[in-house]
Amino acid sequence: MNSEDKADAGGDTAALYWRENVKLVCGLLAVWFAVSFGAGILFVETLNKIQFGGFKLGFWFAQQGSIFVFVILIFIYAARMRAIEKRFGVSDK
Amino acid sequence: MDTQALTYIFVGLSFALYIAIAIWARAASTSEFYVAGGHVHPVANGMATAADWMSAASFISMAGIIAFAGYDASVYLMGWTGGYVLLALLLAPYLRKFGQFTVPDFIGERYYSKVARVVAVICLVVISFTYIAGQMRGVGVVFSRFLELPIEWGVIIGMGIVFFYAVLGGMKGITYTQVAQYCVLICAYLVPAVFISILITGNPIPQLGLGAAVADGSGVNVLAKLDATLVDLGFAAFTEASKSKIDIFAITLALMVGTAGLPHVIVRFFTVPRVSDARKSAGYALVFIALLYTTAPAVGAFARLNFIDSVNEKAYAAAPTWVKTWEEIGLIAWVDKNQDGVIQYAAGAPFDGRAAYTGAAGPHGERLVSNAPTANANEISVDRDIMVLANPEIANLPGWVVALVAAGGVAAALSTAAGLLLVISASISHDLLKKTFRPKITERGELLAARVSAAAAIVVAGYLGVNPPGFVAQVVALAFGLAASSLFPAILMGIFFKDMNREGAIAGMVSGLVFTLSYIVYFKSPWFGAVNSADNWLFGISPEGVGAIGMLVNFAIAIGVARFTAATPPNIRKLVDNIRMPTGAGEANAAH
Repeated sequence: MNSEDKADAGGDTAALYWRENVKLVCGLLAVWFAVSFGAGILFVETLNKIQFGGFKLGFWFAQQGSIFVFVILIFIYAARMRAIEKRFGVSDK
Repeated sequence: MDTQALTYIFVGLSFALYIAIAIWARAASTSEFYVAGGHVHPVANGMATAADWMSAASFISMAGIIAFAGYDASVYLMGWTGGYVLLALLLAPYLRKFGQFTVPDFIGERYYSKVARVVAVICLVVISFTYIAGQMRGVGVVFSRFLELPIEWGVIIGMGIVFFYAVLGGMKGITYTQVAQYCVLICAYLVPAVFISILITGNPIPQLGLGAAVADGSGVNVLAKLDATLVDLGFAAFTEASKSKIDIFAITLALMVGTAGLPHVIVRFFTVPRVSDARKSAGYALVFIALLYTTAPAVGAFARLNFIDSVNEKAYAAAPTWVKTWEEIGLIAWVDKNQDGVIQYAAGAPFDGRAAYTGAAGPHGERLVSNAPTANANEISVDRDIMVLANPEIANLPGWVVALVAAGGVAAALSTAAGLLLVISASISHDLLKKTFRPKITERGELLAARVSAAAAIVVAGYLGVNPPGFVAQVVALAFGLAASSLFPAILMGIFFKDMNREGAIAGMVSGLVFTLSYIVYFKSPWFGAVNSADNWLFGISPEGVGAIGMLVNFAIAIGVARFTAATPPNIRKLVDNIRMPTGAGEANAAH
């Protein structure tokens, strides 16, 4: 294998890794948008008709639920990225 | 021991702790001064980030805003936490990989331009000073209430402490004091919240207590009771929106994006050892922040219930002592409109404008105001900021809880002020001196310059604290709006959009900044006589939310300009490839 082939293979891995990363980020940001802007703002009145542990559901998403989901999203991202990095052999450890 | 003495002891002990940490963690190199040598454990960095981020506004003002605005205050809860998702997923890991000291560093290198670097420094300095001025009011309120000192002395003492550990320890000193400050402030927030939750609902977890039934045997939920009480008094229901949907949407977006673009928050992720640590650290930071942010709605709702219970239809002469203490400081005012000696609380302002005390006492001993009374039934005006600080007194909690809350408020304000001062000093000594005007400066010279500029920034911040410019209290929105419309888009496109070039980025930052700044100044300053109401706003979006439009302006102009100007040079495209890789392949390509 000459050096140009190697570079191409490296470039390929990089491009594939980056595509996986962007896909993951887009998925997580969709959830981020859904719980805050969706459930907490745009559809809050509809969700408020549902009672949830003493809260109106829309109000709960706006003041507590979305924050819990945000925390979970970041940890999912960190864990999934480690798995992706291992798969592509680009881990920083 | 009385509350006053306890407060001196708690605040004094916390100061001694911060100073001891500062001496232990002195900075010896520029790397330690700017980014704590890059050796901070992700959990410690998460705590430091949380303290850095949670300012006097979060600690003192937020629950008060929730108490009085109800659902509308969700913009702060979602906006100031949702930004961390953007930060963790879109910025932090890549900026860590880039591995420099400051935010303008990234913008200057990525856009291969000293002009871009200087524009970023200007954005950073404007954002950070606006933000600091807000902290000073917090320090002033706490000191004047709990230590019975004039506000000026409160600010000077606070600045002295920050001076000591920021100038001596740089980022290293600040990081470890912030870890201690986080512990102080979170205890100070949670302890009274747990007590009050038990008192009102019998449930010790405030997050659950907010949804529980009131412990008076009626079986009615806290929120349902609050809704009913407020509607009775003529207010909007607590859980319903009163702002327009588009405004709530825009403010939340502007606060989220602004949070992700705040330089003093971003720079914290330069201090961890690895790219993967930057991701985890953002997660830990949000856990520590969420602990306070999910408690705040409960504190706000309980405070509003308690407040109504203890003042409405109560004779002024028999009102609890905290009413009189806060009246003394000028944050509560009562006008006996129907002259019955009883406090009536209802919707609307009791009189026009801010309370102007005449200095004379009324027939019941109240401080008279010269403002013209309004036609509505409301007789009492109360500053939102006192809710968290007065909460322990309102709920009759023991003196040491009051003292703890005072120490927590000071910790919140000082930790944020220190973080802001550091990014200002780093951008001056590193970006302006070392990277722009005096590239030959030695390591020792740069470290000295960093310390001198930190000291100068403290003096300016102290001056702003003692003599706040006229409309400063209203311009906290400015910091977020500017960060959202200038720095965030430039960094984001720098990582995710290789075709973004120097010309596009500079045009985008300048236009976003100018648009947002003009909109806020136009509506918020007294100079243009514009009426700040929904009818005059662009698309019904208030100055608080205009950063969201500013961001779109930035993206649009930047992409438009980039299409018609010279393409990004190949070495910069390789730099971006390198930033995107946690390690290995990218560096090999760059060396190719």
